[in-house]
Amino acid sequence: MTTRFFGAPVKRNEDRKLLTGQGLFIDDVQLPGMLHVAFLRSQVAHARLRGIDASAALKCPGVVAVYTAADFGAYWQPGPVLVPPPPIAGIVFNPRTQVPLVKDKVRHVGEPIAIVVAENRYLAEDALDEIVVDLEPLPAVVDLEQALQADAATVHDDLGGNVASHVHQAKGDYAGAAAKAALVVKRRFHYEHGISSPIETRGVVAQWNARSEQMTIWDTTQAPVFVRNGLASILGLGERQVRVIAPFVGGGFGPKIMMFYPEEVALPWIAMRLNRPVKWIEDRLEHFFATTHERGQIHDAEIALARDGRILGVKDVFLHDTGAYNPYGLTVPINSQCTLLGPYVIPAYDSTFTAVFTNLPIVTPYRGAGRQHGVFVIERLLDLAAHELGIDPAEIRRRNLIPPVAFPYKNEIIYQDFKPLEYDSGNYEPVLDKALTAIGYHDFIRYEQPKLRAEGRRVGIAVACYVEGTGIGPYEGAKIQVQTNGKVSVATGIGTQGQGHFTSFAQIVADALGVDVTEVDIVTGDTDQFYWGAGTFASRGAVVAGNAVSEAAHAVRKKALKLASDVFECAEDDLVVADGKISITGIPEKFIRLGELAQRANPMRGAVTPGTEPGLESTQYFGPASGSTANGVHATIVEVDPLTFDLKILRYVVVHDCGTVINPLILEGQIHGGVAQGIGNAFYEKLCFDGQGQLMNASLADYLLPTALEVPRMELDHTVTPSPLNSLGIKGAGEAGAIPVGPLIAQAIEDALELKRQKIELLEIPLSPSRLFELIRKAAT
Amino acid sequence: MPPDVHDIELSVNGAAHRRRGVESRMLLSDFLRHELSLAGTHVGCEHGVCGACTVLLDGLPVRSCLMLAVQASGRELTTVEGLASGSELHPIQKAMHEHHGLQCGYCTPGILMTMAAFLKDNPVPSEEEVREALSGNLCRCTGYQNIVDAMLDAARAMRTTAP
Amino acid sequence: MKPAPFRYIAASSLDHALSLKAEYGEEARFLAGGQSLIPAMNFRLARPAVLIDINGLVELGKIDRSGEDIVIGALTRYRTLERADALLNDCPLFADALPHIAHPQIRNRGTIGGNLSHADPASELPAVAVAMGARLRLKSAGKEREVATSDFFVGLLSTDIRPDEMLVEIRFPKRAARSGSCFMEVARRKGDFAIAGVAAIVTLDGEGRCSHVRLALCGVGETPVDGSDAANCLIGLTGSDDGLREAGANLERAITPSGNVHASAEYQRHVAAGLARRALAMAYRRALNAA
Repeated sequence: MTTRFFGAPVKRNEDRKLLTGQGLFIDDVQLPGMLHVAFLRSQVAHARLRGIDASAALKCPGVVAVYTAADFGAYWQPGPVLVPPPPIAGIVFNPRTQVPLVKDKVRHVGEPIAIVVAENRYLAEDALDEIVVDLEPLPAVVDLEQALQADAATVHDDLGGNVASHVHQAKGDYAGAAAKAALVVKRRFHYEHGISSPIETRGVVAQWNARSEQMTIWDTTQAPVFVRNGLASILGLGERQVRVIAPFVGGGFGPKIMMFYPEEVALPWIAMRLNRPVKWIEDRLEHFFATTHERGQIHDAEIALARDGRILGVKDVFLHDTGAYNPYGLTVPINSQCTLLGPYVIPAYDSTFTAVFTNLPIVTPYRGAGRQHGVFVIERLLDLAAHELGIDPAEIRRRNLIPPVAFPYKNEIIYQDFKPLEYDSGNYEPVLDKALTAIGYHDFIRYEQPKLRAEGRRVGIAVACYVEGTGIGPYEGAKIQVQTNGKVSVATGIGTQGQGHFTSFAQIVADALGVDVTEVDIVTGDTDQFYWGAGTFASRGAVVAGNAVSEAAHAVRKKALKLASDVFECAEDDLVVADGKISITGIPEKFIRLGELAQRANPMRGAVTPGTEPGLESTQYFGPASGSTANGVHATIVEVDPLTFDLKILRYVVVHDCGTVINPLILEGQIHGGVAQGIGNAFYEKLCFDGQGQLMNASLADYLLPTALEVPRMELDHTVTPSPLNSLGIKGAGEAGAIPVGPLIAQAIEDALELKRQKIELLEIPLSPSRLFELIRKAAT
Repeated sequence: MPPDVHDIELSVNGAAHRRRGVESRMLLSDFLRHELSLAGTHVGCEHGVCGACTVLLDGLPVRSCLMLAVQASGRELTTVEGLASGSELHPIQKAMHEHHGLQCGYCTPGILMTMAAFLKDNPVPSEEEVREALSGNLCRCTGYQNIVDAMLDAARAMRTTAP
Repeated sequence: MKPAPFRYIAASSLDHALSLKAEYGEEARFLAGGQSLIPAMNFRLARPAVLIDINGLVELGKIDRSGEDIVIGALTRYRTLERADALLNDCPLFADALPHIAHPQIRNRGTIGGNLSHADPASELPAVAVAMGARLRLKSAGKEREVATSDFFVGLLSTDIRPDEMLVEIRFPKRAARSGSCFMEVARRKGDFAIAGVAAIVTLDGEGRCSHVRLALCGVGETPVDGSDAANCLIGLTGSDDGLREAGANLERAITPSGNVHASAEYQRHVAAGLARRALAMAYRRALNAA
């Protein structure tokens, strides 16, 4: 078997379609008789719904229907809890999930109150203006600490408070560690992650065929199989009656896997009711409220260290803003809690979090999924400790890295896959060394920085380490079939939002079956093509689906070899699989094409031997025993303008280890994109809510995504420590770029402005020129 | 009040189109996508910031979400569907493929139109100039680096094939 | 986000446009570049009943340098201004300010008249107009008048343009001998709304001392702010560091920005002062080179 394609920077199969504007995205779905849907959304964050009068709206031109919660009748129900709480002792978990339309109470700005169905979106929006809603505003719960006060308004009145969950996990003995410590550093940290804001917003198209009783739903979801299963159940249909298609999706990043959005629940119901296809495309303004966010946490954390900088223990108590509902369970704060441990030996750890309901949009995972928050805390604590102990920031990290002999490394506490956190493999120190060498760490500090500073330039350097839990179960599957024309078709249950599955999976198959990568046709995201699976999230696509593809490809290879050996009446060992054919070793003119083998495997006469299946196809599944842990180091040199405090990133280095690499081109692209989002998170993107839960910057003019001028050229390198958990040795990489950027930028700015000497500490993200100015000004008074 | 409609005639990618009864408030982006079925032009924000909807109006890049379809009457538009010559991709499309300059592909048509016009007027751009020209198009997937490399490469290719 | 319905009329002449505006008054808006109006309409923040498209009035898109002032037609697009070398030479503030306006795709459509009529407080050209002492010509059916910038910009997003009037041209004085100018801005990203922007013009006497200083700012008030008084301490000086520091400090005290989602009021004050120092210094240097 060759490895001609696996590991090679193969150009993408899907590019031509996308480059010529021929890719089908959700708004490109056009069906005869299609109607258009617009949602009336609450303009206030917290209110009792007293009444809705849609009579004027119904009279608007082109309006076919107007619906409210009352119209849904028994169909109206809160969504399911997607992720139940992990099995942690003493856990408090108060699930409250989102509803298809507001019935009694509005709990965040943008919550949908009514639906207009019209001939086109323009007319639908006209009708929205005519709906009269009687809302009795209530005080909004926005601040996390105030939300926990006894006299706070309650987001969910039946709860008697705003605690969504409370979790305590611990290992070792922190109190004992702190007692022995040479230094204990304690601080309060604020970390806010922002919104995913993909360039394509969400959308749903639903078509009900009343005669065949089949529902087809196009959805920008990252999890078409789960959506099919859930919507079938909600609609009272059999799973086989529902087909969910995720077409080309313009960026996912996490929030497109949240389910079931009100729009996902409403559109199929409307399609059945009206017996006409219906479409809803989220506009950008809606996206700021209607698609889930990540937001903030407040950490009161302390670290206990020995004099030489070795960590003896960490204690952390934090609040997590979960928004108005918590359908995703504890995934985000559990990730924060677990990923804080990072690549370090932390013998004692005591972590408690309270997730708090607020009158703000729902929080669910967005690229990093809470890891950023935990990594910020540990990296900043190490920087603060390094300063007090007089140890270089890179050195203090080195001293605490988990040594290679310690793997698989048990961190004991329960992770988001419900298992005790265990790192499968890793070799951390070479990654740090590579990063330090690439950025020229020591030479910069010793020679370049003093020179530049003498010229009045405020330049700083920083390094940050992280781990990324990837490739969790439950499983994925793949069906591979050699067609009689020799092309190989592959179907899998996950969806694709730009990760290059059409190419990376093709590479795996191409090598196993000896065909060209362009001869492999991948289908993702169509539940009629592949019935089973979970979805694209948590950096698991390549790992889990990739391994399933590999298993299926090898199964097909075996079948092909067996069949060919029957045809040539020779041993399988004497055969060569290459160039789309199987031939006898040394006698290339004795060959049979794969397509012909496929034909023979499906005879029109004769018999298929009992116990075998017709065709050259196989369906295989892969479910990892647990997630695999990737790791990396980011390093940067920045310059800060002494007047404006604006940031210029002069150099940015990423050294990453995600095990075996399928396609380095695609991997680099993922890292680039993650870093760009991390830079946005660190210095540009901030959700500005007022005290009433109103978002003050709900437009792309004021919610600042980084452009080609803010994202620097990135220098990438990697090491390979394969995962022992799958035969390909791969780990996930989708979120790596985004995770450590916050603390990295904070460290670099502190260094550039020599803030430690002024006793100014950067304990929050996002930062901005104005915020830096304020912090410095405040310290001066 | 009945809808305010107009008849318009325009050229898109060299082909003449006539439409009767186009409502005055229909945005050019929607007109291209849904009336002319040229769905390669994408809509990202409808407030002129993301650049996904960029098309060429008489050769100059503009935001099609900030124009009314009726305003395009009598004009010549170029969309992403008009970049390639038959099956032969434009050098900028080839370069984007070579350099992995697209992931989800949603922002890509807007970037292609912006940069095709830019490179025509700026055949020898520096990296900084390319980044500045790109800064009016948002991409959430790629981090821009591969797009920048693709554009520098396309500029070279366009210089060597220029008459 | 789709606009509310309106009646669209393409004006065939200036008179046609003005008579329509006289008829519909505040129910009608002029559509020029549309780069501010159409987003507002897409958000349904603006809902004109009538849209009068004036893009066909090409006579309004001319730059006339023949007289002692430069007269720029209101319909002149930013793109045209950027490429009018002679204009940029006569009015160097334009050369500095234009690249800060949004992005090329916007500049291909947006017009100077639309910009000044919209009067966004963070917009660059109003500050340029104030610094240069521009005069704005407003026309209605049968009448016209000329207005100074001090009378034109009356409040947040509001100007002195009456319901039946259109801004048709703007008159900019040509560069005086021995003068230099500079525009600088701080924004979060290139092309974004200014957190603070400064337009400075310095004119020198025969001995290289400041005889006249103009200073105008954007982004720090509801209208462009004339900060020239703050810089009068430079009169008689040779652009010294002390003078510049004093000018900056005066300015910091004089302006009352209100802060926004991107910056605190104190930060705005701080960078406005810093930019003023830098812009005045650069204007002074350019004036020396011009002498």
